Amino acid sequence: MNGLRIAVPRGALFGDTLELLDRLGVDTREVRENDRKLLFEEAGIVTMRPSDVPTYVEAGAADLGITGKDVLMEQSERECYELVDLRYGYCRMVLASEAGEDRGAEALRRLGVVRIATKYPRIAARHFLETGRQAEIVEVKGSVELAPLTGLAEAIVDLTATGTTLVENGLVVREEIAECSARLIANPVAHKLKARAIDAVLERVRGA
Amino acid sequence: MIDRIPSGTRDVLPDEMRELRAITERLRAQFERAGYGEVYTPALEYEGTLARGDVAGAMPAYRVFDEQGQVLALRSDMTIPIARLVATRYAGAEPPLRFCYFAHAYRRVRPQRGQARELLQAGVELVGAPAPEGTAEALTVLCAALDDVGLKTYSVGLGDSSLFPALLERVGVPPEQRGRLVEELVAGDFVGVEREVAALGIDAESAELLLRVPQIRGGPEVLEDVPEPLDAAVQGMRSVHQLLPSDAAARVIFDLGLVRSLGYYTGAVFQVYDPALGVPIGSGGRYDDLLAKFGRPLPAVGFALSVERLHIALTGEEGR
Repeated sequence: MNGLRIAVPRGALFGDTLELLDRLGVDTREVRENDRKLLFEEAGIVTMRPSDVPTYVEAGAADLGITGKDVLMEQSERECYELVDLRYGYCRMVLASEAGEDRGAEALRRLGVVRIATKYPRIAARHFLETGRQAEIVEVKGSVELAPLTGLAEAIVDLTATGTTLVENGLVVREEIAECSARLIANPVAHKLKARAIDAVLERVRGA
Repeated sequence: MIDRIPSGTRDVLPDEMRELRAITERLRAQFERAGYGEVYTPALEYEGTLARGDVAGAMPAYRVFDEQGQVLALRSDMTIPIARLVATRYAGAEPPLRFCYFAHAYRRVRPQRGQARELLQAGVELVGAPAPEGTAEALTVLCAALDDVGLKTYSVGLGDSSLFPALLERVGVPPEQRGRLVEELVAGDFVGVEREVAALGIDAESAELLLRVPQIRGGPEVLEDVPEPLDAAVQGMRSVHQLLPSDAAARVIFDLGLVRSLGYYTGAVFQVYDPALGVPIGSGGRYDDLLAKFGRPLPAVGFALSVERLHIALTGEEGR
C-alpha cells in the first residue's frame, strides 16, 4: 500500500473494501484466506470493527482508514481528514417506530419527551436537538428493533440498508436523518508527511 | 477512597519530571542564545483582557470571580498575555522585542478524549519584526531548538492563513457564503468541502480551484503550478523559505491547506509534525493585527510547542 497502513473495517463494508483494494493493486489474498488474523504488515492492512477505524487513524496507528459516514457522524470530534466518498455501502440513518399510530409522536405530544433507543446516541441527540424536540436517548449495543416491541422506547434511530429488518419487526421509517456511505479517511499528520503516497492512492480510488 | 484529579490534568513524578526538565532546559538555552528572554505572566487574567483576542479558538474556558466580583479567567495560550505585556511594560521600547516562555495553558476538553486541560507550552514571541524576515527568524529558532533537543525526523508545515480567503475573494464567493465551506475545511472534511463548493453554483474552473488548492502540499516543487490568484501568498511563502538556513529550509513542507482555528493569525502559519506522533507537536504563525488591539500596533510572529507531546515524540523516535 505504498508504504501506508490502512485500517479496513470488518463487517458489512468488508467485501466491497477488499474489492476496492484489489482494484488499487493491493494483494488481499491473505486477508481473504485468514479471518482470524488482524494485522497484515506486508499488504499494509489492519482489520478491525468499523467503529474503531477513526480511533486508529486519529492516533496515527493507521495512516488511512475506511469506515461508514454513520461512524464518522457519531464520532464527529475525531480529528481525521475525510478524503473521499467511496460510493459503496449505501444506507440510511432513520427514525423508526411501530407501524400504525406513531407512538413517538404521541409521547412527544402528551409526555413532552420521546424515548429513543439507538446505537448512535450522539446522532440521535443531535437530530432531536436540531429539530427542536426533547428526547431521552437510551443507548443499546445490539438489536435496537427490540426496544419499541418491548416498551423500552417509543422509537429507534438506526441504520438501514434494505429496510428488511425494520419490516420484519413491524417497524416503519418516520424520518430520514442522513444518507451514509463508505468514506476514506486519513490521519492529518500522515496526510502532510506522506502526501505523495496518499495522493497516489486518492488518484487511483477516483479512477477505480 | 481515592482522591481523583480533574480529567485532563496529571501529576508528574520524578522520572518523567527529569526528562521534561532536560527538554525544557535545552529549549530555554536555545531560546536565550537567540536573544529571547524568558517571561512569565499570571495564569489568571481579567476576562476582558483575554477576550481582546476576539476569536473563538483562544477564548478562555475557565472563569472565577475575585473578591470584588470581577471575572478572572485562566489563559488558554501565552500569545495574548504577552501581547498585553508588550503593550504595558514595553510601551515605549524600540522593537523588535524577543520573549520566550515556559508556562501552562488551560483548555476546555471533550469528555473521554484524553485531552489535556492543563498543558505545558514552550514558545517564543517575536514582536515588531515583519514578514518575511521575522517569520524566517521564528522558524530558524524553532528548528534550532528542536535539533538541539534531539528530535530527528520532524517537518514543519508552512502555510498562509490569507491564502484561502484570497482565493474565495478571487473566485467571487461573497463573505456571507464562506462560513460553512471554511468550517468543513477546518474540520478536514473534504467530502463536505466538495458538497459546499457544489452548492455555491460557481463555474467549473473556480470550483476546481477551491477543491484543488487546499490539497496542495509538499516540497518547493508544489509551488510551481499554483494558480495565479495566489501569487502574493505563494511569493510570501517562498521568500520566507529563501531566508532560512539550509537545514531549516530542508524541514519545510509547503501546505496550502493549512488552516488554523485560531482567528488572530494574519499571514504565515506553521505546524510541527513528527512521524512518531499522530498529532502536531506545536504550531505558530503571524499575528500582525493582535498587538494593535492592546494599543501597540506592531507586526508579530510566534510559536508554541507542547512539551508533553515533544517528549512523547522523542520517546517514539527512540523505538524506531
